[in-house]
Amino acid sequence: MATTTLDVQHAGGAVDHGHGHGDSGHGPTSTGIDSKKLLMWWFLGSDGVLFGALIATFMIYRNRAQDLSVGETVAGLVTTGGPFPNEILDQLFTAVSAGVLLFSSFTMVLAVASIGRGNIKAFRVWTIATAMLGGIFLAGQYFEYTEFFHEGLSLQQNIFGASFFVLTGVHGLHVFAGVLWLLGLSLTSFRGGISKKDHTNVEVAGLYWHFIDIVWIVLFTLVYLLPYRDGAHDPEHVDGAMRLVQAIPFF
Amino acid sequence: MATIAQSQTQARHATTPAASESGLWSWLTTIDHKRIGILYGVTAIVFLFIGGLEAMLIRLQLARPENDLLSLDAYNAIFTMHGTTMIFLAVMPASTAFFNYLVPLQIGARDVAFPRLNALSYWLLLAGALILNLSFFAGSIPNGGWYGYAPLTEILNGQTDQLNTGRNMEFWAVGLQVLGISSLAASFNMIVTIFNLRAPGMTLMRMPIFTWATLITSILMVLAFPAITVALALLQVDRFLGTHFYVPSTYIDGRLTLTGGDPLLWQHLFWIFGHPEVYILILPAFGLVSEIIPVFSRKPLFGYAVMVYALAAIAFLGFGVWVHHMFTTGLGPTPTAIFSATTMLIAIPTGVKIFNWVGTMWGGQIRFSTPMLFAVGLVSQFTIGGISGVMHSSAPVDTQQNDSYFVIAHFHYVLFGGSIFALIGALYFYFPKITGKMLDERLGKIHFWWTFLAFNAAFFPMHFLGLEGMPRRYASYAEGSGWWFWNVVVSIGSFALALSFVLLAYNIAKTLRSRNKVEDDPWDAATIEWSIPSPPPVYNYKEIPTVTNRDQFWADKYGTGHDHEEEDDLEVRIAGVKLGDVGSGDEQPEDQAATRRQADDLGDVEEDTHVHMPNPSFWPLVVAIGVFLLGLGLIFSHPRIEIERLSLPVLSVLGVVTMVFGIVAWSLEPASDPEPHHDEFNDGHGAAAAPTAAHH
Repeated sequence: MATTTLDVQHAGGAVDHGHGHGDSGHGPTSTGIDSKKLLMWWFLGSDGVLFGALIATFMIYRNRAQDLSVGETVAGLVTTGGPFPNEILDQLFTAVSAGVLLFSSFTMVLAVASIGRGNIKAFRVWTIATAMLGGIFLAGQYFEYTEFFHEGLSLQQNIFGASFFVLTGVHGLHVFAGVLWLLGLSLTSFRGGISKKDHTNVEVAGLYWHFIDIVWIVLFTLVYLLPYRDGAHDPEHVDGAMRLVQAIPFF
Repeated sequence: MATIAQSQTQARHATTPAASESGLWSWLTTIDHKRIGILYGVTAIVFLFIGGLEAMLIRLQLARPENDLLSLDAYNAIFTMHGTTMIFLAVMPASTAFFNYLVPLQIGARDVAFPRLNALSYWLLLAGALILNLSFFAGSIPNGGWYGYAPLTEILNGQTDQLNTGRNMEFWAVGLQVLGISSLAASFNMIVTIFNLRAPGMTLMRMPIFTWATLITSILMVLAFPAITVALALLQVDRFLGTHFYVPSTYIDGRLTLTGGDPLLWQHLFWIFGHPEVYILILPAFGLVSEIIPVFSRKPLFGYAVMVYALAAIAFLGFGVWVHHMFTTGLGPTPTAIFSATTMLIAIPTGVKIFNWVGTMWGGQIRFSTPMLFAVGLVSQFTIGGISGVMHSSAPVDTQQNDSYFVIAHFHYVLFGGSIFALIGALYFYFPKITGKMLDERLGKIHFWWTFLAFNAAFFPMHFLGLEGMPRRYASYAEGSGWWFWNVVVSIGSFALALSFVLLAYNIAKTLRSRNKVEDDPWDAATIEWSIPSPPPVYNYKEIPTVTNRDQFWADKYGTGHDHEEEDDLEVRIAGVKLGDVGSGDEQPEDQAATRRQADDLGDVEEDTHVHMPNPSFWPLVVAIGVFLLGLGLIFSHPRIEIERLSLPVLSVLGVVTMVFGIVAWSLEPASDPEPHHDEFNDGHGAAAAPTAAHH
């Protein structure tokens, strides 16, 4: 498709491409890349900058709450208190939910492959499976947030809480949107609205899904694995890297 | 093959020519890139006048020392709204108006890649503009300056007596957030359109230079806006939820507490967006001028390829200079040295453009029509602004001039002497294309000289004021400061400048009322958008043209001279790739022109019916209304609705419901595809099919 459409792209009434749709359903374009797919790539580039700015903010603030709490007061001022990251983050738990999200990329690949073969039933199974795995990840995040609230870490408690919730929350919103999108796709397939020619639409959803997975790999590394400095109030120093090693056999 | 409803809509479109479709409803539902372009343009002009009025208030206040025309609060509000309005609601929409109107015409397409998304971009712009300006009626006008430095913009955790306690900056933050979404959507659309909908034979390096400027500007927006989205989101989280991203210390439970927030984070995030933003404002102007100067010099653009690379270089370097806005924050010698160097570097591609425009004019047969006067006006005035800009790259000099009127002079020379000059010139140049009527040339020339002189009277003395130490944003100055004389000159110049726009408005009104139609190609222009009727039919091109040349329409009219061939060869060598190239070497352009003329001759109403265009859609407007209501809901948390234990703000709930309803209806609405797919990406599909599908 890519090579043949280069020369004949939308040559007005001279060539009729609009009706056949025997191919994968996208119109001919100058680059040979489907317009929706190109749109998604640029959107992901833009979204990458969004996460870049959020990650930069988090990296600036990740140790600040602990650093402030070194003494009872700093320059005569009281400081915000804990909980601090080393006391509260549960690497094992999040490693499992990260694994779930990673696995959903695999089911997403299968969904795209099955629509490419025209196997609607398999497409449904894998799309719903992907959405469910995303749902499990979100449930995990909900559980984690609730746990943190109970332990006293809120958005307002300290700057670590603020940057943690905003960064992981924005990612969670992305996952939520992706789950809705996948459910929408499977719903459409039940109404008979999806066939092999919609391959590109599914592929575009897949691009988005893989992107939020990749972002989570980065976030998991920077938020959960990279060691934090300890607050003065942290009695039991547990090395972040050691906890990572403990988590590995689980996979 | 198609449903009955589908056939009916097709039939309606097939038999209704564009001209007869008028009335409010057709404008509310339009997805035609030309109409959306006009909507953008009219909106830009309206807000240019509003922003101008705000400028007049500033100048009235400063016309004499110790003036008390405006209260200090009102002055803060007026200069904040002047800057915000001019940047986001006047210059950017004016550029986007030309993107929308011209790019599909220049690349030989029937519309943009995603027509309904395009309509959404416009309605979101209007929503954001309304949110910002509703603040006047709410009596809490944004007052933190156009770059809204934290923690001036913060409300401190229950300490209502401190800093910014009203809803002022809420209007600003929410409004800008909505405008950002609008710009992002528009940019994605333009990028995909330019990459994917080019006519056969239009390689990247054969695209008109304005299309290149659009592409590069859109890429800048796509990569720069997320930074301000995050900056504003963190500000809103701070204000709505009581976090301290930008607040180093505050009262918590009555005790002054260190929170660890950093006001500099705002400055970094803002200027990582903000510096690319100034190139977002100027690159479209460069593109427009690069279209105008060759036509009125009767020479192809000098150094086309280098002009393209210069655009790209400016855009790339534009991401690496933001700290020069922050030299006085004391980041230390290393960052200061690095960002000084990158800032000096960016002058090189900018200088290249200036020299190439001069090179284009050199030895040409120059006609000083109004568009050319404004274009040359840009070359001279932007150079002045550029030179004062390079001065700021030196940190010691910048430290002297920071936050003084010298800076005000600098950015008005690049924004007015640059962007606005080019946009006005382009308005004169493309007015015949858009309306089929020519703006009065005699008035136009008077307009140019009036603008030129008033502009210099208004802004050049600001250099002196700045060097004499007058700070920006001061509502008043002392009797004995010695600043009175130049301030009076500036104020008089400003009012003369404002009057020049009244002259422009008169010229437009007079021309629109007149019945004098002008021929399709009044300037003897170079590019293919002039080869079709003015104003263009709704489908733009009956037959999609085949492109073999950069200045295709000149090649059609006059054949390809020796220079052209040479340039074409050079271009292929430099570009390396020939994407979408249709055997340019073998074909005789004259033959193709003949074929095209033949096709045009055959064209009549019957043939029009064979072009199938996408259907108008109401849903982009509905989605934008939802966003508008949600935005207001974020500002006004009352009245509230009680459901069970939940207490929800009515406006936000209404907004979300409207938005979701609009999105669902949008995704279920068939765009134009004869075999509609009911999915959320119907838009793109329909658009891709639209330019090609012939009605059977």
